[in-house]
Amino acid sequence: MTDLLFYIFAGITLISALIMVISPNVVNGAMCMIISFVGTAALFVLLEAYFLAVLQVLVYAGAVMVLFLFIIMLLDADKDASRLLKDKMTLAGSIAGFALLVVLVCAAFVGGQHLPEPALLPVMENPTGEGPGIPFTTSAKSFGYSLFTKYMLPFQLTGFLLLAAMIGVIVVSKKHEEPTGEKK
Amino acid sequence: MTVGLNAFILVAGLLFAIGLLGVILRKNTLVLYMSLELMLNAVNLALVAFSRYNGSMDGNLFVFFIITVAAAEVAIGLAIIVALFRLRQTVMVDQLTALSR
Repeated sequence: MTDLLFYIFAGITLISALIMVISPNVVNGAMCMIISFVGTAALFVLLEAYFLAVLQVLVYAGAVMVLFLFIIMLLDADKDASRLLKDKMTLAGSIAGFALLVVLVCAAFVGGQHLPEPALLPVMENPTGEGPGIPFTTSAKSFGYSLFTKYMLPFQLTGFLLLAAMIGVIVVSKKHEEPTGEKK
Repeated sequence: MTVGLNAFILVAGLLFAIGLLGVILRKNTLVLYMSLELMLNAVNLALVAFSRYNGSMDGNLFVFFIITVAAAEVAIGLAIIVALFRLRQTVMVDQLTALSR
């Protein structure tokens, strides 16, 4: 049953991502991108990373894509969308590169003989936080435990990065002032 | 579940390839940017799969940080695109050739 779900969600993710890339209409592409993100969240659920699945839907499919759609509407970016297939050299080159990468990926991972195929490890329901490493758990509690012990410094740096991004957005999107104006 | 690690990594690799196709094929900066997000997403999927099959939480934590950094990056990047549009009235990369002249 979960195998069938894996194939369904992988198919949805890949096909909607491909439609996003080749769709001449940017708004349709953004909608397919949302479907692709939700499909990835479903794959996260199949991998029993429930917290990340929720985060994926909230942050990517929610906040990020709403921001994208807002900017697409604001800039009216799809008014000359019919020029996608005009440049034959770019088309041929990019499709050749895509085909090479797909062949490489398929040669590396199809067949199951190239990477070792580890069995699924048992998932701890309620971590105690003891032991050297942090074992894979399904509870969001282990995120909190890891973020405040092993990953304390990256966590603080990420918070600082968000602050810097916020200030940067305010500075970048301010109205362009006259260069002859007063110096700050 | 009999679907193994290789199947998840295959999906992640194909997703990455589709994102790369978008980056080198499209001319619209916004679609380019969405393709970049798709590539980040593919890496997230690979990290979660490795984390699950290794029985370690580290990959999930990396994905957590990647999602945060990607959100910050999208905010900054879209602000830059809006500033660019305000300056040049276009978001097509084949018309933004001021540096190549």
